[in-house]
Amino acid sequence: MAESGAPNLPAPVADDAPLAVGGVRLESRLIVGTGKYATYAEMARCLDASGTDCVTVAVRRERLVNAAGENILDHLDASRYALLPNTAGCYTAADAVRVARLGRELLRDMGSATSEWVKLEVLGDRRTLLPDPVGTLEATAQLVADGFTVLVYTSDDPVIAKRLKDLGAASVMPAGSPIGSGQGVLNANNLRICLEYLKDGDPSYPVIVDAGVGTASDVAVAMELGADGVLLNTAIAHARDPERMALAMKAACLAGRQAFLAGRIPRRLYATASSPDEGRIVRPN
Amino acid sequence: MSGEPSTDGVAIIVNGEHRLTAAGSSLDDLVAALGFSGRPVAVEVDGAVVPRSRFAERGLTGGERIEIVTFVGGG
Repeated sequence: MAESGAPNLPAPVADDAPLAVGGVRLESRLIVGTGKYATYAEMARCLDASGTDCVTVAVRRERLVNAAGENILDHLDASRYALLPNTAGCYTAADAVRVARLGRELLRDMGSATSEWVKLEVLGDRRTLLPDPVGTLEATAQLVADGFTVLVYTSDDPVIAKRLKDLGAASVMPAGSPIGSGQGVLNANNLRICLEYLKDGDPSYPVIVDAGVGTASDVAVAMELGADGVLLNTAIAHARDPERMALAMKAACLAGRQAFLAGRIPRRLYATASSPDEGRIVRPN
Repeated sequence: MSGEPSTDGVAIIVNGEHRLTAAGSSLDDLVAALGFSGRPVAVEVDGAVVPRSRFAERGLTGGERIEIVTFVGGG
């Protein structure tokens, strides 16, 4: 990966195996979306600063006029970034499968190493953009049968999460909170249960927290819980200084992962002194 | 739309817009006429993806619903 001119950040500990999804190794645990940037140039700088090597893209109609205009692929080095096409905007399993197949065709045409990857979203509600669990299960089954490597956006419901894994999803991606809401991880307890269920007897199964990140600490929280990665977009793209926020996300992801591996102390109601009682020159109270 | 050939061509729907294409033309011709040759696009005809390698052999007889898509920024 190219250096981004960022301050030195701690390297991941040596015994931490990199994130692998569908047999493909990713150097970064951040997956970053490419939407909502003011310009393609700003997007490219942010992706660089974030340290990511996997980015999501959407599949949309090519404009019939001004076809000579810029394409996002002119600004994304496909040899540097694994492209993960999404099915954003699909409200039925059938539509999501259709869009996934078009995304796959685009990637195959490019000779992409991740041409069978899809970030599956089947939405249930326009206001919340929460997933439709039934449609998501249906589409996962169809796409897995069609040979896709399915990274599936879902709620933080542990039962649905487990069923998606059982259907063959390569990665289950529970939402921290609604897409673009910036509310962070709203239900850490559900995420904990998702992680426990999905990793039971299969500790390397990748669980990626997708959606809801507002700022760097949200990424750290998700990683400290034991998520294998975090997928985010708006929190960088709409920050006042997107490039600086991208760097913050990189640092938070590394910090959260290290903290998870290091093992946090238990929460206690009362204080425990860090300095010894013994040898004090003053009388105990 | 009817699929009746005419002197002007046959009627198809491309990305939701009604268009005419020359009778006997192929998907390859259409993609070229729209300026998308060599561009990163994927094409679906009547709900089925057509790989680029088959554009030339896929004739347009009229009435087809065609989607031509590319990647855009997204999360």
